[in-house]
Amino acid sequence: MRLRSLNQEWKMWTMSAKKKTLVDLYTQTIKIRKFEEKVWELFGQNLVPGTLHLYLGQEAVAAGVTAALKKTDWIQSTHRGHGHVIGKGADMNSALAELLGKKTGSCKGKGGSMHITQFDVGVLGATGVVASGLPIAVGAALSAKMRGTDEVVVCFFGDGASNNGTFGESLNMAAIWNLPVIWVIENNLYAMGTPIQLTCPSQNIADRGAGYCTPSVVVDGNNALEVYEASVEAVKRAREGKGPSLIECKTYRMRGHSRFDQAKYRPKEEAEHWLNKDAVEIIKKIAIEQGALTEKEAENIAKNLQKDVDKAAEFAIKSELPEPEDALDDVFAEVA
Amino acid sequence: MTEMTYREALKAGIREEMLHDERVFLLGEDIGRNWGGAFKVTKGLAEEFGDERVRDTPISENTIVGAAIGAAITGLRPIAEIMFGDLISLAMDQVCNQAAKMRFMFGGQTSVPVVVRSVFGGGKNIASHHSQSLEAWFMHTPGLKIAVPAFASDAKGLIKTAIRDPNPVMFFEHKLVYDKKEEVPDEEYTIPFGEAKIRKEGADVTVWGTWFMLHKALDVAEELTKEGISVEVIDPRTLVPLDKKTLLESVKKTGRLVLVTEETKTGATTAEIAAIVQEEAFDWLDAPIKRVNAPDTPVPFSPPLEDYFIPNHKRIAEAIREIV
Ligand SMILES: Cc1ncc(C[n+]2csc(CCOP(=O)(O)OP(=O)(O)O)c2C)c(N)n1
Ligand SMILES: [Mg+2]
Repeated sequence: MRLRSLNQEWKMWTMSAKKKTLVDLYTQTIKIRKFEEKVWELFGQNLVPGTLHLYLGQEAVAAGVTAALKKTDWIQSTHRGHGHVIGKGADMNSALAELLGKKTGSCKGKGGSMHITQFDVGVLGATGVVASGLPIAVGAALSAKMRGTDEVVVCFFGDGASNNGTFGESLNMAAIWNLPVIWVIENNLYAMGTPIQLTCPSQNIADRGAGYCTPSVVVDGNNALEVYEASVEAVKRAREGKGPSLIECKTYRMRGHSRFDQAKYRPKEEAEHWLNKDAVEIIKKIAIEQGALTEKEAENIAKNLQKDVDKAAEFAIKSELPEPEDALDDVFAEVA
Repeated sequence: MTEMTYREALKAGIREEMLHDERVFLLGEDIGRNWGGAFKVTKGLAEEFGDERVRDTPISENTIVGAAIGAAITGLRPIAEIMFGDLISLAMDQVCNQAAKMRFMFGGQTSVPVVVRSVFGGGKNIASHHSQSLEAWFMHTPGLKIAVPAFASDAKGLIKTAIRDPNPVMFFEHKLVYDKKEEVPDEEYTIPFGEAKIRKEGADVTVWGTWFMLHKALDVAEELTKEGISVEVIDPRTLVPLDKKTLLESVKKTGRLVLVTEETKTGATTAEIAAIVQEEAFDWLDAPIKRVNAPDTPVPFSPPLEDYFIPNHKRIAEAIREIV
């Protein structure tokens, strides 16, 4: 079982993380937090049409994974995708404008929260159909390989998604073709109201990786550094042509599943345990302890990001709505 | 001109595009060197282009199409083969929710140049899971183009256009036309989408149909000249985009329309065509539009049952006589 031994090695590397990396990880984590808090605020003001799947609580996963990637790498996102896209470097103005259904949104207001996508920073797409991103990641990774690039593809998906048929199909195909893909399971313990114990017979979903000869590891998904180090190793394997890896990140939503869900189905002690493991606080503590940041510097980073997010919100709010008949555009690409 | 079968012409078109453009590759079940495709369309291509570009896959329809999409949006030109059209049901999410919608829901940021090849139709006694004609499902999904070649030269010209199109194209073949022969031009050519072909000119009634039913309609048209009935036969060649102009002009000339496909009747493409004609050429119609389709049942196995299910020459002729 390769997966367990890998986990041990990762723990060792954790100790020697470079200072810049720690600052980056903290910055990424809190950036996503600030973005999501703003989304929640705008939602409270009734400015966000439709539904929302907030990334609050899971920031360390997107931050840790995307920090290990290059701009030319790809990510496949999900219905809970704001954090992935921001982590990959999406422009916050057009991201927020998209959530508000504005013409200036990255998808011109045609996608919204569930399809928030910025292709030019390497987001293949965000999908409303649970588990539908895995096959697309297989293809992008196949393409990266066939085009002779060193591009790597990360596919994010939830614990719930891991029970869909595409999981087996796609892990298998990626493994037989030795593709540069990294499967990142964000196990937030619930698929809507269904706890993972009811739908998965083993303690760790990552156990399934062995059946597909895919090295798999379980990490604390609220610890951006742990996620990062696992990702670095997986990216290295992918770039060296060693094939797919799987990282299961145990994490927790700070809020309900979507719009009005209060998550009353989650036991109180469980929720308390996880809400005390705040992703921002954890990476901040590590960075300060390892001398990468002072409390004051951390505060300044947060303040600056708050300003950026406020500006993005202003941009989004001021932006125009699309013209109604814009609904007819973009069905087909023009034939050259 | 060289006479070749539909199967050979189709393969020749794919081969030419693979030679032209190294981004073009194939993936699907049993398309490679051991089998050459369930209907032998890709036979020999793996030997010529290698197993990387003619890629055998596991039996994983949803991921075959999804992988084609992922490859397409990152710069390649994949052709995914689904062994039987009935089995696209296992890939419906990737076809209809992903490929068809990605460009739109991402606001034009991407396009999905993927071709999904598959085969419809009965007549081989292989029963309910291997014989259906489901093209209407896809016609009802905005964002997909649909090619339905019935002749060898069209198969070649249309597959080349499909591969070059920046959008998802469902390229549907028919089991009983693979062996049909036709003279195919030797020089390079493509056939644009959205241009129907008048297969036979006539004055009294227009017949519009697809694949093997089109071939039957042409036989019937020939027969009926003996009775003094002049039938015009239209081959749409693509369903999306649809050449309405050729159809409407023909109906305006003949005043009568018979629609013939192998689909079960309810919700078939013939229903859509009838609706278009009554919306746009009602005043020119001299008789009710007739539809010749299969009954609303699964496709049966036993030869007498399947023969009853699939529209035959007699039914097509009767429908024409009824309104002329
Ligand atoms: C194929 C599919 N089935 C059901 C749904 C409805 N749905 C939306 S999110 C969700 C739960 C997904 O759980 P998980 O994969 O764990 O992701 P999470 O929401 O926890 O991030 C469900 C059932 C859907 N969108 N797609
Ligand atoms: Mg979940």
